[in-house]
Amino acid sequence: MKFLEPAMIDLAANAATPEEAIRAAGRLLVESGAAEDSYVEAMVASYEAKGPYFVLAPHIALPHAKTEDGVHEASVSLARLQEPVAFGHKANDPVKLVFALGSASNADHIALLRKLTLLLNDPANIELFKTGTLDQITAILKED
Amino acid sequence: MKVLCVCGLGQGTSLILRMNVETVLRDLGVGADVEHTDVSSAAGMSADYIVTSNELAQSLQGHSAQIVIVNNYFDLAEIKERLQAALA
Repeated sequence: MKFLEPAMIDLAANAATPEEAIRAAGRLLVESGAAEDSYVEAMVASYEAKGPYFVLAPHIALPHAKTEDGVHEASVSLARLQEPVAFGHKANDPVKLVFALGSASNADHIALLRKLTLLLNDPANIELFKTGTLDQITAILKED
Repeated sequence: MKVLCVCGLGQGTSLILRMNVETVLRDLGVGADVEHTDVSSAAGMSADYIVTSNELAQSLQGHSAQIVIVNNYFDLAEIKERLQAALA
């Protein structure tokens, strides 16, 4: 399981479109060895086919695709966009934080989603992800 | 009582929603069978309530379950409020 390791966090990502934003976060999964390029393109295709339902909270997107699209390990990366991008979600646009989820089909997948959910259920943590430094962010990740 | 949490693929977003719906129902003291699935499978499944986003709710019109829309999947207070309103 690879969960928001420092090398999987980009706090100054540049993206002008939802596709670029998804690729910015997806690239971090690929560079960490957790997923293939094909998985990143599957996340983009999923957005284009199914729309922005994965913008699941104000300013937060969680793009993902299927394990068989090219995931080696359950994983989460983060691209924080310098300029927020509208994904076309009525309630939660614009997106500032893009957490790319490498979906796995094992227990790690559930453990990782539980970690992410518990973390983001606390508004103080969301604020820190939006404005904090890498040191501050890695500090809250170590707490549990 | 059966509750379905629904997203586009049925593996990521709906599982997060399910975890928080289970937490809220436990707090409310409501016993329920909570499952998660994707939007096309949901059409053929029976349930008393479907919890999903506004975007996907439109594809589920005509389902016999009552649809509960949640905008912020990480906001336990919002999920509680919407579920309480639906259960009342």
